[in-house]
Amino acid sequence: MYSPTILIEAMINGLLTGAIYALIALGLTLVYGVLHIINFAHGAILASAMFAVWGLNVLGGIDPYLSILFLAPVFFALGYGVQRLIIGPAAKDDDGNILLITLGLSIFIENALLAGFGSDTRSISSDFSFSVVEAGPFLISSPRLVGFAGSLVVTALLWFIMSRTDAGKAIRAVAKEKLGASLMGIDVGHVYALTFGLGCAALAVAAGLLMPTFYVNPRVGGAFVNIAFTIVVLGGMGSIPGAMIGGLLIGLVESLSGLLLGESLGQIGIFIIFILVLLLKPTGLFGAKA
Amino acid sequence: MTLVETHLKRRTILKGGAAALATLSAPAVLRAAEPAPIKVGILQPVTGALAQDGEYGRLGAELAIEDINKAGGIKSLGGAKLQMVFGDARSNPEAGTQEVERMQEEGVIGIVGGFASPICLAASQAASRYDLPYLVDVGVSDQITGRGLKNTFRFAPGFSICTAAAIQNLVRINEAAGKPAKTVALVHEDGLFGSGLAKLMATELPKYGFEILDQIAVPTPSRDLSNVTLRLRSLNPDLIIPSTYYGETVLLARTMQQQRVRPKAVYAVLNGAASNRRFVAEFPEAAEGVMDCNHWYDPRNAKSQAVQARVEAAGKPYNYNIPLNYSSVGLLADALERAGAAERGKVIEALNTSTFKDHLMPYGETKFVNGQNMGAAPVSTQVQKGQIKVVYPSDFADAKPMFPANG
Repeated sequence: MYSPTILIEAMINGLLTGAIYALIALGLTLVYGVLHIINFAHGAILASAMFAVWGLNVLGGIDPYLSILFLAPVFFALGYGVQRLIIGPAAKDDDGNILLITLGLSIFIENALLAGFGSDTRSISSDFSFSVVEAGPFLISSPRLVGFAGSLVVTALLWFIMSRTDAGKAIRAVAKEKLGASLMGIDVGHVYALTFGLGCAALAVAAGLLMPTFYVNPRVGGAFVNIAFTIVVLGGMGSIPGAMIGGLLIGLVESLSGLLLGESLGQIGIFIIFILVLLLKPTGLFGAKA
Repeated sequence: MTLVETHLKRRTILKGGAAALATLSAPAVLRAAEPAPIKVGILQPVTGALAQDGEYGRLGAELAIEDINKAGGIKSLGGAKLQMVFGDARSNPEAGTQEVERMQEEGVIGIVGGFASPICLAASQAASRYDLPYLVDVGVSDQITGRGLKNTFRFAPGFSICTAAAIQNLVRINEAAGKPAKTVALVHEDGLFGSGLAKLMATELPKYGFEILDQIAVPTPSRDLSNVTLRLRSLNPDLIIPSTYYGETVLLARTMQQQRVRPKAVYAVLNGAASNRRFVAEFPEAAEGVMDCNHWYDPRNAKSQAVQARVEAAGKPYNYNIPLNYSSVGLLADALERAGAAERGKVIEALNTSTFKDHLMPYGETKFVNGQNMGAAPVSTQVQKGQIKVVYPSDFADAKPMFPANG
């Protein structure tokens, strides 16, 4: 029905988009893996990061990619603060509070964005947004290629932090055995905040990579967060390579099933895979055994 | 001693309070000469997915109420002023219904708005239980006025009127240009509005010699439309007809521009972006040449030009929701004026016999048949050099169609 050229281009599109999905899922999987909380505010934080990228571009003329350098540390600090000042204290009394806190945070951020920016959909437009790389018969979107590369770099960086640095080792120790880690002198509260901060920083990077091709409005997080949850479960909760492979796989499946079954049914392919994984390997592709 | 003192103090306060009350009530006595304001319900989704449209709708209604009050209110009711009771439909029918219930309790004389078809369907149904006049502003679904509800009126054209006009306009424009367009791809949102529209177009267009190459449904919100664009590139249709909401139209237009998909024309029908000045301002290249058959004001109407100037002076784009809501509130005020009583039954009666013409739209006098204004019609617009121009029908046009838009 479709020529091989179209099928291949759809696959390329899927992989490129999947890498961005992976980056969004990365923060979610990290926070789940370490703090064991499902962060419902993930989408709203992404939306606020996208607004920040948009704002820097429109008001300060700063390139979306350049703004990552500034926003990643800012969002890291914000995430660190939110965990330390809001989520952490709430979790002390009852773990169940956290779900409500993150849900409340999500509603708060969304409405703050609505009050601040209004409901309009906004985008950044530059010549680069429309540029393509011609590879033989394929037209590959340049911003998506940059997004793909950026996403791989962040994943590698995060993997390096987790496996090679003291902070990473502390995070892994807390994820594995909270009490044991604290007995060994690890400040668990600090590690939690560090993890939440890293998750938010990853979202800031994703926002910078998304904005040249996507639009932002206060509810935009919803478009990505469901897919991010699916990737987290698929890749294995808490697994960094799992998030990347899961993201690429979901991007690929969504793209191909969207092309073959129709865009509205593109989700079906994803959920078939999702259910299969839950049935055959409930811990996800890269998840540790429970 | 302390007790007495307290007692005294309390008395003093009571006295003072009585005096204050007397003073406060004085203006109320004076005000009695002016009739009590008439509450009008304005229902719009100002939060949620449709918030952008809802904000424009609210602005239109607010401006109309302001103007009616400035001009002396409802004269047959002693110059009674209109008072807005605003309800946020939060982009879903349930919230819309809740707000109707609240407005009912607050004693509104009628409700204007709703924007999306599902909200209008539910809200007008809820209002019908109280014989509360309901004026749909945009909601195009034919079901809204087709259910025989006595309270529901739509000033704007509905779905079938819009589709028929869109097809007729397209056929005429294509014929005038020597029939350059023969093949069509339909891209539509997968909800009630988009799917229904695509189905109608797919049945009607072949009767005029067009070949439908594909019907592509897209969800709202969509994360990525590269594949849709890829399909369009491989189909290479002469015409692309998108019926999608704002975000997706922008995404599609941008991806098409990037992937160099350049059909002879993009002829949208009831599109969420193609007749939106924000789209044109932000993506001038992607928007250039895009046509749309949609609700639009009469560009030659002086009153509309004045409202447009006010809206633009406030830094907002003059989108179609504004003149539509402005006109719908005007229609309700006109009915109140002729009813001569703030009674729901009489207002409904007055709406049924309405010949309202002091509006901003390219319609003639209002004539309701089963709640649908038969005088209403959409127009075909086109983005030309960064401006949205009416190109068809020529009675209201302020530019000639550029067809085919791309070589």
